[in-house]
Amino acid sequence: MYPTHKAGDYLVIALNGEVDLYYSPRAREQILGALESGAHVLVDLSAVEYIDSSGVASLVEGYQLAREKGLRFALVGVSQAAMQVLQLARLDTVFPIYEDLDAALAAAAQGQGSADERAGP
Amino acid sequence: MNGPGPEETIPEEVTPEDVIQVRELVAHYGERRILHGISFGIRRGEIMVIMGGSGSGKTTLLRHMLGLRRPTSGSIHILGRDITRIGRRELYRLRREMGVAFQGGALFGSMTVAENVQLPLREHTRLDENTIRIMTRMKLEVVNLSGFEHLMPAELSGGMTKRVALARAVIMDPKLLFFDEPSAGLDPVVSAELDELILKLRSAMNMTIVVVTHELESAFKIADRITVLHEGRLLITGTVDEVRRCENEHIQAMLHRRPRKEAIDADAYLRRLTGR
Repeated sequence: MYPTHKAGDYLVIALNGEVDLYYSPRAREQILGALESGAHVLVDLSAVEYIDSSGVASLVEGYQLAREKGLRFALVGVSQAAMQVLQLARLDTVFPIYEDLDAALAAAAQGQGSADERAGP
Repeated sequence: MNGPGPEETIPEEVTPEDVIQVRELVAHYGERRILHGISFGIRRGEIMVIMGGSGSGKTTLLRHMLGLRRPTSGSIHILGRDITRIGRRELYRLRREMGVAFQGGALFGSMTVAENVQLPLREHTRLDENTIRIMTRMKLEVVNLSGFEHLMPAELSGGMTKRVALARAVIMDPKLLFFDEPSAGLDPVVSAELDELILKLRSAMNMTIVVVTHELESAFKIADRITVLHEGRLLITGTVDEVRRCENEHIQAMLHRRPRKEAIDADAYLRRLTGR
């Protein structure tokens, strides 16, 4: 299980290491599980060394579920390498992305970061 | 890691850091010698273009690099494994790291575009169906074929077929991508689009890419380095500028599209014609 903690009304899921074909099912299960339980989710990617398409697909599925449920979903700590993978699939402008936790919480306090604020994937 | 055996020395054309190391490769088809001791290395994250005319041995070299044929002698080390000596199971594992887009696309005619693209995921992973579907659509987005997933291969143009083959080749985010003749049979605009796509994949996914082609314009546009083969021998491995400056007559003929002068062995030719 990836570590989680509460920050504001978000549940922060801190992915780490390599989120690849082997580990992405674990990330997917945790993200979808949190959303199913009604939590607003922030996925912290700052400790991720590598994320592949299967990892990004888990984020896409999570964001779509958040939109359907009217929950907030955002990414923080996106490394340059992870950003390039998102850019390749033109997802960098789809996900709400914040530099760090404080920025995400500040945006939430101003009513931003809602899952339905951006065009869906 | 299986490094060089006690009897094997690393040729000077290869450095230990190279992710692909072709060492003194000799290959035959029957009695006919196709590759005459080829050595070169490919660096991590570079685009290496392998060039040469018909019969130069470039396709044979590619087949050996993919582990589809065993050489007469020499070795090919890919990501630290000697692909000419590993067993089937290890080769299968190594191929998870290698994506291949074949010249004709090699799509299964009875499967849709999406089914073709996701085939490696079904073979090599146990990912959830939703994940597979999203990954397939993401890769089709990358190759600008979004919305075409339900088409059959027979309904695709040549350029679309190549792009589907490319989407399938990168569906597992391989470390190495091999692309056989991306420009063959395509009009110049589609060919240029494919070149852009190759460059985009490299920069976004940091892949090491090996492209086999005889298209000069495409090679010069995408290559970090070029290896030129002629009649099974390596003429040069160098940057685009180094290849342009090389004074070798065969390279100059290739650069200036001069028809090759065949040296005719009179005795052999007469014997061929007369059968005596």
